[in-house]
Amino acid sequence: MSKLICHQEKLNESIIQALVEVCPFNALEAKNGTLEITAACKMCKICVKKGPKGVMEFVEEVSTTVDKDLWKGIGVYVDHVEGEIHPVTYELIGKAKELAAVVNFPVYCVFIGNDIKDKAQELLYYGVDEVFVYDYEELNHFRIEPYTAAFEDFIQKMKPSSLLVGATTIGRSLAPRVAARFQTGLTADCTTLEMKENTDLVQIRPAFGGNIMAQIICPNTRPQMATVRYKVMDAPEKQCEPKGKITLCELDPSKLVSAIKVLKVTRKEIEENISDAEVIIAVGRALKSEKDMAMIQELAQLLGAQIAGTRPLVEAGWINAKQQIGLSGRTVKPKLIITLGISGAVQFAAGMNSSEQIFAINKDPHASIFNIAHYGIIGDIYEVVPQLIEDIKSSRPLACAR
Amino acid sequence: MQILVCIKQVPGTSKIDVDPITGVLKRDGVDSKMNPYDLFAIETALRLKEQKGGTIKVISMGPPQAKEVIKEAFMMGADEGVLVSDRKFAGADVLATSYAISQGVRQLGNLDLILCGKQTTDGDTAQVGPEMAEYLGIPHIANVLKIIEVKESSILVEMDMANTIEMAEIQFPCLLTVEKDIFQPRLPSYKKKLSTKDREIKTITFNDLEDKNEKRYGLSGSPTQVERIFPPSVNSDRETWTGTGAELSSQITDKLKQLKFI
Repeated sequence: MSKLICHQEKLNESIIQALVEVCPFNALEAKNGTLEITAACKMCKICVKKGPKGVMEFVEEVSTTVDKDLWKGIGVYVDHVEGEIHPVTYELIGKAKELAAVVNFPVYCVFIGNDIKDKAQELLYYGVDEVFVYDYEELNHFRIEPYTAAFEDFIQKMKPSSLLVGATTIGRSLAPRVAARFQTGLTADCTTLEMKENTDLVQIRPAFGGNIMAQIICPNTRPQMATVRYKVMDAPEKQCEPKGKITLCELDPSKLVSAIKVLKVTRKEIEENISDAEVIIAVGRALKSEKDMAMIQELAQLLGAQIAGTRPLVEAGWINAKQQIGLSGRTVKPKLIITLGISGAVQFAAGMNSSEQIFAINKDPHASIFNIAHYGIIGDIYEVVPQLIEDIKSSRPLACAR
Repeated sequence: MQILVCIKQVPGTSKIDVDPITGVLKRDGVDSKMNPYDLFAIETALRLKEQKGGTIKVISMGPPQAKEVIKEAFMMGADEGVLVSDRKFAGADVLATSYAISQGVRQLGNLDLILCGKQTTDGDTAQVGPEMAEYLGIPHIANVLKIIEVKESSILVEMDMANTIEMAEIQFPCLLTVEKDIFQPRLPSYKKKLSTKDREIKTITFNDLEDKNEKRYGLSGSPTQVERIFPPSVNSDRETWTGTGAELSSQITDKLKQLKFI
């Protein structure tokens, strides 16, 4: 077992003091002239690297390593609810293809559900080499035991080197279960994935609430597993001709048993709430008349955005009070906000300045909104917006690429 | 009903800096607290006990100081507490943590229900609950929004599935991870603080566990390795664009495409 050793004979008072201070986890405790490593130790080895030389030592035991040559290919879990494939799946296929190209691996999909054979065809338009389909009535709803069993069967059969799973409600429940079954590593919510020549998957994720990025590898076990959130990776272009093949897999009926019964499925009512919106189009006083809201609505629809605005628009009755951003309205933190003809008074800015991407269109180059916008666009909304609607429409990808 | 709630002590603040030169973590202060999501799991357990009777145990893993969060659980109304703690567990990743806790859980006798919060605020993975369920060989449901009914040998819950809400019945013994807001957590009571201040918190160490294979715990039992940590790049770029309506529009379209909004 790898461990930290403290060479007690090298200790003196100042060395003890220095070591207690260097540990970021307060895991080194002074006790009557000796030093004790407590259970708070995270094995970060900072005491070895940054503490007084030669006092703390890390003794590594070489663990048995897996034969990496036996594990080939990159598998993608097809995330879906009742056969409706979640778009994160295509993004993961795109990433899997990139990673696979480095080490010349095939890309697999594992598709678990009921009445999904036909739907598997769709995946072949995105450059997957083989789709493994587990199609049983018992797999109609996501229930943990049979889904894990099917996933396990796929891994046993194909021995994929890496597995990518969408960090969706299902993925976040299923992936850890599978990882524990194979006693392997799983890294949640990766934002960057890279492949090493030796088939180790480099996984980067935010840690400690996003204040630190951690680069993680899983060098001694296979499969290596990672979950990735939606809209982090790029989906590949759809090809005109399907490639690859679909393989129907069988599962022993005993593996389809579950202690869970799904009794009712209710579709959620989507409640419009700008506080939860990922994309917002915010309008201000530059809008001349209520009928111009039509153009705003069209743009919002194209971007899947919710419409919000400043107080004057609420007072004019063009938007309702729930759509007001600012100190006297709501605070929003979308991934994207496009402000149209908003000058950016402090009261408004306070309600939206932590948005991830801020685009501001305003014809006044001195508008204070430009102090907080990531992209300040100096122009008239009546010139830019109609053109933008056209450009977005025509930029939609064709049905497939040749 | 025998209920176990899994809780964790987390740093009081998520504000942590990395020294860009030395790569050393700089922690502001040493204050810590109970993982806020765990409060909802404890509250769920208390509501179930009020309805069905039984005992609520809490389990945590960490250094001896983590007993503080177990005491807090006592102040809310939990009956018993154990801490899984040993230097041999140091440096554990999700897998080794889940394994050590599941081994600890095996020391606690028969349980009907294990409750976890949806995730922790420091690790943020939401993976320990499901991995524990796997090691314990019991089914689990994640993202539970609501408890509908407790029956003799099963529990009826509503789970959140992104676009749908599913009502499901799951047999005991099982593990549930509950969403925040499933119930409003009660405040710790001063009366309970006084009445439980001498209550024993049992420590489960490596030597108490059934599986004494050291390779399954701590750093050795952790398949994942952190190669390095570094501060994230911050988007502080500010650009200003000028031009005709058409030029500006095509610039916006390109950027929105690049950022994957189109």
